[in-house]
Amino acid sequence: MRGWGKLIITEFKLYLREPTAAFFTLAFPLMMLFLFGSIYGNKPTPLFGGYGTVDVSVPAYTAMIIGSVSLLGIPVVIATFREKGILRRFRATPLRPQAILVSRIVVDFGMSLLGMALLVIAGKAVYNLRFEGNIFYVALAFALSALSFFSAGFLIASLAPTTRVAQTVGMVLFYPMLFLSGAAIPLEILPENIRRISNLLPLTYVVKLLKGMWFGESWGKHLVETAILAGILIVSTAISSRVFRWE
Amino acid sequence: MATVVQVQNLRKVYGSVVAVDGISFEVQEGEIFGMVGPNGAGKTTTIECIEGLRIPDSGSISVLGLDPQRDGYELRERIGVQLQESALPHRLKVGEAIDLFASFYRRSLPRKERDELLEFLGLADRRKVPFAKLSGGQKQRLFIALALINDPDIVFLDELTTGLDPQGRRAMWDMIRGIRERGKTVFLTTHFMEEAERLCDRVLIIDHGKIVALDSPENLIRNLGAETRVVFTVDGAIPAEKLQAVEGVRRVEQIGERVIVYGEGDALVGNVVNALTASGIRFRDLRTEQPTLEDVFLALTGREMRD
Ligand SMILES: Nc1ncnc2c1ncn2[C@@H]1O[C@H](COP(=O)(O)OP(=O)(O)OP(=O)(O)O)[C@@H](O)[C@H]1O
Ligand SMILES: [Mg+2]
Repeated sequence: MRGWGKLIITEFKLYLREPTAAFFTLAFPLMMLFLFGSIYGNKPTPLFGGYGTVDVSVPAYTAMIIGSVSLLGIPVVIATFREKGILRRFRATPLRPQAILVSRIVVDFGMSLLGMALLVIAGKAVYNLRFEGNIFYVALAFALSALSFFSAGFLIASLAPTTRVAQTVGMVLFYPMLFLSGAAIPLEILPENIRRISNLLPLTYVVKLLKGMWFGESWGKHLVETAILAGILIVSTAISSRVFRWE
Repeated sequence: MATVVQVQNLRKVYGSVVAVDGISFEVQEGEIFGMVGPNGAGKTTTIECIEGLRIPDSGSISVLGLDPQRDGYELRERIGVQLQESALPHRLKVGEAIDLFASFYRRSLPRKERDELLEFLGLADRRKVPFAKLSGGQKQRLFIALALINDPDIVFLDELTTGLDPQGRRAMWDMIRGIRERGKTVFLTTHFMEEAERLCDRVLIIDHGKIVALDSPENLIRNLGAETRVVFTVDGAIPAEKLQAVEGVRRVEQIGERVIVYGEGDALVGNVVNALTASGIRFRDLRTEQPTLEDVFLALTGREMRD
């Protein structure tokens, strides 16, 4: 395990130095929260089942963070590390290859969690955010969603021949999901035929699971989401562990 | 002296390309050992098989008594590696890179010696500079620093002066000699014959994956029997017979004002100059051209080394 701690700390520093990554994970969701919070406030409405705009936005924007970290961040970082020969340089040391994988996951997990924490703090401080769930289940839902999507990001990085391809594939998957999964725009205000498309998008299940746990629904009502996310996790991990290339 | 690298019948094939074609050699402790050859000769393939980064198709390799495939992690604790092509994250700073890589090893240089290393490599004032903002030569020197950070027994340097100007290249040679003086074995590759000749104790010339020659640069040149040339300019004719009779001279050519004396032996220039002076001949622009490893390569392969 020698070097793992140092690698993780260094990766955190590098993340914060990357303006676009830090912006999409930390700043952009907060800006959205303040924008829609200032327009609609956080009064309970029947449209959102008795919750306010900010209440439903916090779990939804958390899904947005997980999506952007997984699809805009991970594929590009890993593919760049490979294409530029950075992975090769690490491999010429006694560092275990798993350390690189684990440090990425820890950093991306930590940054996503930080992004969510900022939303919760801002929501509580400014809009009197409601929370009716069980912290443990929310954490579990967050972890499942994050790991599932991260593994998909690694899969893209493993399969893409170049950084450009990894970046393009990530964006092509992310942007439609951002708008159609309920992550940026609540599903409740989307028309029925668009919502049918939403059901084909994995990020929709992250939004549903996180929202459900946030408002204290039982996990039993979310077995479909759980199965889909666990399926993505298992399949992506299995494939990338076979096809991952160091150079 | 102990043998630190032992390679036997190493062979590596990529598709229809035989990159390394059954080569065997040994490297002794404390020497600067160089592999020279044109592009695609198989240098990188060989060195990376020895480092355990590529898997040979057949043959056996032992480095410090370790098998690079089976004992890869243990081996990499004890060797330093500079790859022909690699990079670091572009926002990682020089000082951070040093500390990060130092943390990967069981034993690495203590802080004071890391500072000395950066000083030695002329990077002391670059500590806060991110990788992407370094010049080519600075990147190269940072990679050398990373190759030395674990105080390795053997340092592998693949094309360390590519991309450097002649001045930077000379500075790098001095640095490599300094590394050897610290008791390390240096294993390097280059496609600059001059670099091999000036720097290496022994040179392995490789072409098309096969060993063409392996010896000290002096021996390679001497055994080739290549001629030294003494070139000068005179007004009018020279007494060719007199020069011909000088010890070591093989033949004399005159084209207009220009005279070329072909011969051998360290005393050749002195003898020629003495003979000219004794005959009262006034000469200008005298220089000697020594045979080089380029000539050795040409003689052994029938081709010029191309850069
Ligand atoms: N990963 C690879 N895949 C396919 N072919 C390869 C690979 N690596 C090397 N080769 C081929 O093997 C041969 C030897 O290549 P190698 O890189 O070992 O040469 P080299 O002596 O280091 O050349 P250079 O001076 O250009 O660095 C070349 O013909 C090259 O095209
Ligand atoms: Mg090479």
